[in-house]
Amino acid sequence: MPKDQNLDIGSLVEPDRVHKACYADEEVFEQELKNIFHKSWIYIGHESQVPNPGDYWTTWVGKERMIICRAEDGQVHVLYNRCPHRGALICNNLHGNSGNKKSFRCPYHAWQFAMDGSLRNLPMKEGYDGIIDLKDPQLQMRPAERQANYRGFIFASLSEDGPDLETWLGGGKVAFDDICNRSPEGEAEIVANCFRIIQHSNWKIFLENQLDAVHPSITHHSTGDAAADMQKVYKDKTGEDAPMGYQFLADFTLPFEKWDSLSTIGHPYGHNVLAGYMGLRPRDPVTIAHEEALTAVHGEERMDEILSTNVHHVLVYPCLSVQPPLQQLRAVRPLAANKTLTEIWHFKLKGAPEGIYDRSLAYYYHVNAPSTMVNADDLNNFRACQDGLELDGGGDWVSLHRNVGQDPVVDGVTTSVTGMSEQPMRNMFAAWQEYMTGGE
Amino acid sequence: MPKDNALNTSADTQRAVEQFLYQQAEILDDRRWDDWLELFTADGKYWMPVDPEQVTGERVPNIFYEDVYLMDMRIRRVEHPYAHSQMAGHRTSHTVSNVIIQSEDEATGDVVCTSRFHMVEYRLDDQRYFGGKYTHTLKKTEGGYRIQLQRVDIANVEGPFDFVMQVWL
Repeated sequence: MPKDQNLDIGSLVEPDRVHKACYADEEVFEQELKNIFHKSWIYIGHESQVPNPGDYWTTWVGKERMIICRAEDGQVHVLYNRCPHRGALICNNLHGNSGNKKSFRCPYHAWQFAMDGSLRNLPMKEGYDGIIDLKDPQLQMRPAERQANYRGFIFASLSEDGPDLETWLGGGKVAFDDICNRSPEGEAEIVANCFRIIQHSNWKIFLENQLDAVHPSITHHSTGDAAADMQKVYKDKTGEDAPMGYQFLADFTLPFEKWDSLSTIGHPYGHNVLAGYMGLRPRDPVTIAHEEALTAVHGEERMDEILSTNVHHVLVYPCLSVQPPLQQLRAVRPLAANKTLTEIWHFKLKGAPEGIYDRSLAYYYHVNAPSTMVNADDLNNFRACQDGLELDGGGDWVSLHRNVGQDPVVDGVTTSVTGMSEQPMRNMFAAWQEYMTGGE
Repeated sequence: MPKDNALNTSADTQRAVEQFLYQQAEILDDRRWDDWLELFTADGKYWMPVDPEQVTGERVPNIFYEDVYLMDMRIRRVEHPYAHSQMAGHRTSHTVSNVIIQSEDEATGDVVCTSRFHMVEYRLDDQRYFGGKYTHTLKKTEGGYRIQLQRVDIANVEGPFDFVMQVWL
């Protein structure tokens, strides 16, 4: 779509509809990177992703390419992936270790940096004698303007100002609390595999879909039916119940009424929570062993409180979709108005029975692997939405009317009147407008 | 010098294995799903690891790791009238080559063989390209070879993946 010189950002969002330029206009997209992704907190990675000194992973914050790494003193740093000399990317691999010297070495002129970004050495230093001190800040790899850690989950902000991480997360903290609390040791450990999948659609379409309770039984009809069929076939042939993965998939075709009975909660800054629908506390030996492990640490009452937390999905706006009871996380990296990279991870719960990890792994495989039978149909819808939104004709607006004005708000927190209310989309666009217009 | 296993294998075995691998590729390209399931032993698996160095598919992330039940489910899904991402359908074309018999069990006739494949997939005006290595563990039965394990190491294993893989490569 051509850049519209007359675009007024403030007029793109109305209480019950948004203009298609929010999804399809490259100028709007550039503004989003600047005003949302470079101003809010963005998830970088988990501290267990870089367990040893010298370990690093690379990722994106808006337009910027960043490194998360661990220094010799054990500190985790978030740095811009840019050599201060001539601007080359320092780390050109997705991940790795900086070697025995625990130094990043620029591949162009061999400037070497400690893992906190400070310049350690460079060839023929005398060329700088009397010209510039090698400790000058402009010769160091720059750290992110701000960095913070919430229960092992590392965020960075490229803005020096703004709320601190915990204030900003607010009700979104449940994403990480619910993961960690389910571990008898109170900690999660990342599994060192990142599935990276490109969506040919705007980043917001993905986030909106995550809490869209109308779509699952339609979009995933084929997969839900196939899974339910196979549960019967499996039982007939083996005499045993099919593994839990089949149930995860069969659940996608729950009737509309069931989806409508759920509720979504909209928090400040655009974060959203979907109350759970999956039966993740069956009376099987794995669940019972998990209960026992938590009871041994916390007592029965607290164990029950932890495992009763009924959260299926948390959107940490604008960068994350988290499914705490299944320990999954999808980070959103917008590449263009119509192109989004998702980085998909899952976690183990320290001290929990192995069988609990098997559930997480089954969901990671069925829903999030590059062979997924679930997201195949989601991605197809996202692409169809994007293609339609990029048309010039056929209408200019996207409807967010469902249950508008009916969701009760208490102290800035909105609880949807039904599971299918388009509350999460409206809540995210309220935050969008706030970021994009500077709250004017 | 690599060990010349081919010299230890009869021309008949080499030919039978090659024909089997060509057939499995034809079956995928023709979407003959019942024939596909028939290729596998009852405990057969289709496996695409996340790392070429990976030694097991159990209790670790994989791109594909499917027994005959999961494969059956995948078939039911792609053939379902509401498999929306299959509405436009997709078409594939495989070429299999470089077939090397790595070992042959003299007593049973079971074979471990490696080969290379190229595959193009056409869908929604777009063509995607995949290439990689097959490692097959083949059991010799009265009805010919059956796949106990089909390991597929694709060249672009780290991704990022443009869309997903809806069926096996």
